[in-house]
Amino acid sequence: MGKKLSLITDGFIKNNPTFVLVLGMCPTLATTTSAINGLEMGLATLFVLVLSNMAISLLAPIVPDKVHIPVYIVVIATFVTVLQLVMQAFTPGAYATLGLFIPLIVVNCIVLGRAEAFANKHNVWESALDGIGVGLGFTLSLTVIGLVREVLGSGAAFGWKFMPGDGVLAFVMAPGAFLVLGYLMVIFNKYLKKS
Amino acid sequence: MVLCLTLVCLFCAAVLGGVYALTYEPILRANENVLKASIAEVLPEGVEIGEYETIETGGKNFEFYAATKDGDEVAFAVKSTTIGFGGPLTIMVGVLSDGTVYNTSVVTCNETPGLGAKCQEKDSHFREQFKGFGSDKKLWVTKDGGDVDAITASTITSRAYALAVSNAVALVNYLTGNAPSVDTYTGASLKKDESNVQEEEEK
Repeated sequence: MGKKLSLITDGFIKNNPTFVLVLGMCPTLATTTSAINGLEMGLATLFVLVLSNMAISLLAPIVPDKVHIPVYIVVIATFVTVLQLVMQAFTPGAYATLGLFIPLIVVNCIVLGRAEAFANKHNVWESALDGIGVGLGFTLSLTVIGLVREVLGSGAAFGWKFMPGDGVLAFVMAPGAFLVLGYLMVIFNKYLKKS
Repeated sequence: MVLCLTLVCLFCAAVLGGVYALTYEPILRANENVLKASIAEVLPEGVEIGEYETIETGGKNFEFYAATKDGDEVAFAVKSTTIGFGGPLTIMVGVLSDGTVYNTSVVTCNETPGLGAKCQEKDSHFREQFKGFGSDKKLWVTKDGGDVDAITASTITSRAYALAVSNAVALVNYLTGNAPSVDTYTGASLKKDESNVQEEEEK
């Protein structure tokens, strides 16, 4: 059981997709304008990651090597489209904010990266746990980046405004995303990774 | 190899077809609810909202809904689109038959979160100021010499919003016969007088 549990916790710290593997930077920088947006994007990626990891671990033994990348992409794209349709139908608000970044999960390096590096060598159960771990790590990272940007940029946390007026507007714009990501990466690698 | 890829693609296509069919109705309903809510928000209470109508005038297509009370047309809800900072900005504008703005609401908005996207906040000063906007005031932002206070650091969004309201008012004045024609503008980054110059050059 200890080994299974470490599959999940690895995704948080040792294999943290944002701060250690530095994968999936496009949605990380673009959607983290607020904590809620980061959280929604993280959860959407988590959903795709778990399902595609499971499907690919089942398919891997029967897919010839030459076509494995196209097959993985088709599988991932299918799950993303399913997610897109379901979100459009049942959470139109979240779909409206994330918009373009939902279809872009197809080319998110984390999803294909985990398929290549982990899922095709492990069984369904382990792949699902790995998907949950890495997905939660990604969700947590995006939420933290979003929270820092929201607090500094809009004077709010999870949409709750604790400071009147505007914050430092640069943090809501693109430069703030790079700054916050850089500083959080330094802090993460200096203190958390060692322990 | 080919067989494997074909089978995977066929299977995925079948799954997608199934999900599409299952979510088709809910998506339609969700979109309709958003539209209905935005129409109800911009019109006075107790009016009967009519059928969806379109009109092409002033070089633009408009979608609007006429609202009646006791058989008289008292107001119109106009769907008005202009170009904001992050792409098209579509708002619903409720205009009374005398050309006064009743209320506005946002239908689709791709403006920068934390900046232009603030136009979606209800009860903010920016949104409230449009209520009761009549022909005595100018529907441009103060920077361009009008009477609309822009959102801080979001002049382009504010211009687009004011322009969309102004286009809707122009359409309603045309529909009610208060104005002979509709002059509309699409680009928010263009100031009103600049686009006038352009149009004159085209003539």
